Amino acid sequence: MTLAETKPAPARPASDKSRRRGQKPNMTGSLRRGGLFIVSIVLGLVVWQLVASHFGPALVASPSETWQGAADLWADGTLWQSIWASSRRIFIGWALGVVVGAPLGLLMGRITIVREILDPYIEFFRFIPPIAFVTLAIIWFGIGESSKIVLIFYTSVFVVIINTISGAVSTDETKLRAAASLGASKSQILRTIVLPSAIPHIVTGARLAMGNSFLTIVSAEIVAAQEGLGALIWTSRNYGHIDWVFVGIIVLGALGFLFDRVLRVCVRPLRRYGVKV
Amino acid sequence: MPLTTAKSTGTTTSTAPAAGVRGAALDLDAVTIKFGDFTAVDSVDVSVRAGEFICLLGPSGCGKSTLISAIAGFEKPANGRIHLEGQEIRGASLDVGMVFQSSEALFDWLTIRQNIEYGPKMRGVAKKERQALADEFLSLVGLAHCADQLPRQLSGGMRQRAQIARVLANEPRVVLMDEPFGALDAQTRQVMQQELDRIWRTSGCTVIFVTHDIDEAIVLADRILVMTAGPEATIKSSYDVDIPRPRDEAGDEAIALHRKLREDIGAEVRKALQGQGLTQEGS
Repeated sequence: MTLAETKPAPARPASDKSRRRGQKPNMTGSLRRGGLFIVSIVLGLVVWQLVASHFGPALVASPSETWQGAADLWADGTLWQSIWASSRRIFIGWALGVVVGAPLGLLMGRITIVREILDPYIEFFRFIPPIAFVTLAIIWFGIGESSKIVLIFYTSVFVVIINTISGAVSTDETKLRAAASLGASKSQILRTIVLPSAIPHIVTGARLAMGNSFLTIVSAEIVAAQEGLGALIWTSRNYGHIDWVFVGIIVLGALGFLFDRVLRVCVRPLRRYGVKV
Repeated sequence: MPLTTAKSTGTTTSTAPAAGVRGAALDLDAVTIKFGDFTAVDSVDVSVRAGEFICLLGPSGCGKSTLISAIAGFEKPANGRIHLEGQEIRGASLDVGMVFQSSEALFDWLTIRQNIEYGPKMRGVAKKERQALADEFLSLVGLAHCADQLPRQLSGGMRQRAQIARVLANEPRVVLMDEPFGALDAQTRQVMQQELDRIWRTSGCTVIFVTHDIDEAIVLADRILVMTAGPEATIKSSYDVDIPRPRDEAGDEAIALHRKLREDIGAEVRKALQGQGLTQEGS
């Protein structure tokens, strides 16, 4: 009796405490995170404003000038056109890089002859930055879309290949043996065991390739591009429109952030393959 | 005794063997396996009857796993031959299935059902037949209720049952088992041994089971082969076990056999420990 009565008594204050501890920190936690984000942005704007007023509009566009520039570019359609043109090039070039790089990586990872034949070229070209190929790309592929897409493809494909190889090489030996003794042929093993095991590595490669694509788009659009964020930055500089340069840079950063977020959402169904996002 | 009778395995054994699953005879003829200059297994001669349950017993690291890897076709013997019903084994084949010690062997991205259907799917069995096969073997190993779960959602014992079902669904004639219950706790292991005993009698295939657990060998085997400590491991002795099934490892006959095996294997364990730089003193 006494036991039964004393038991719930200490339990109550404990649960009260845990409720206080359990709920409030969660709310304050997200509030604080949101608050810190705003503080960070405001601080950044203040510093930017100070720097801008110190150096003057010829060197640094102030936040308000940049905002005005963005509004002007948006109003005449240039900004949207630039975003669309660059996004399209990045997406096509990057997707080609993944689609070509992943199968090549799988083959290189599992078939020694393929690896030994291709490896020297992979190891050679991956150290040459795409900007070194800008002129050649224009001579070979013209001033149209293809030269830009080829450069984005170039910057994506190696990082996808190298990551896929490391995934294919580290396929669990027990799984390979199990598949073989269950009657799978070499090509069936590649498709049903090596590919699924390499998916987390392929996703990592694809995300790194996305970053590379954004680094490359500006150089791809240096020469002979009519539209695109890179072209916007370069032509605005020629016109002395520092504010538009700022708009181009900021939009590029925001776009990259957005693309990565979208990619992370898109690979969520791959979780059963061990993809962590 | 109460444990085994409670399982009432008598009813399942009286039913006809699963369709198409039959044991095959196996002949190992002076099989030697080398890794470079290192001789892991040295001229092993064994004849296994069709449908026989063999336990390979020996100290850890003695080459038991290497030997069955060769039977599975994963390792090529440096000398000697392995024949299955007169056909030489070269490489992995559908006739020989393998249950691995680690449940890493299951494909984590496939459900239990998809894992079991993997073999039939690879050899082009139609979807309906595949499903029927999977249903049959899911219920044989008692996993019908978690057919659509991923391996990581199952316990260790359930994963090993899934591995057994996956191998049996491929209708092999010989099933090799490499310490399949080695990573399980003692209770689960005991239940799994009884289950395996029942499943083996239902399927009728030949089994070669690797273990270092004497009791496990006594509960399961028709014949126990004791291996010497590696390197250059070979078969030291052979024991026929004719205790009626299902067996109780605490029965008189089992205890007598355990004592004999322990003496036999003790010498090899001491050799193995010395090989690892350890000496056993005062026991």
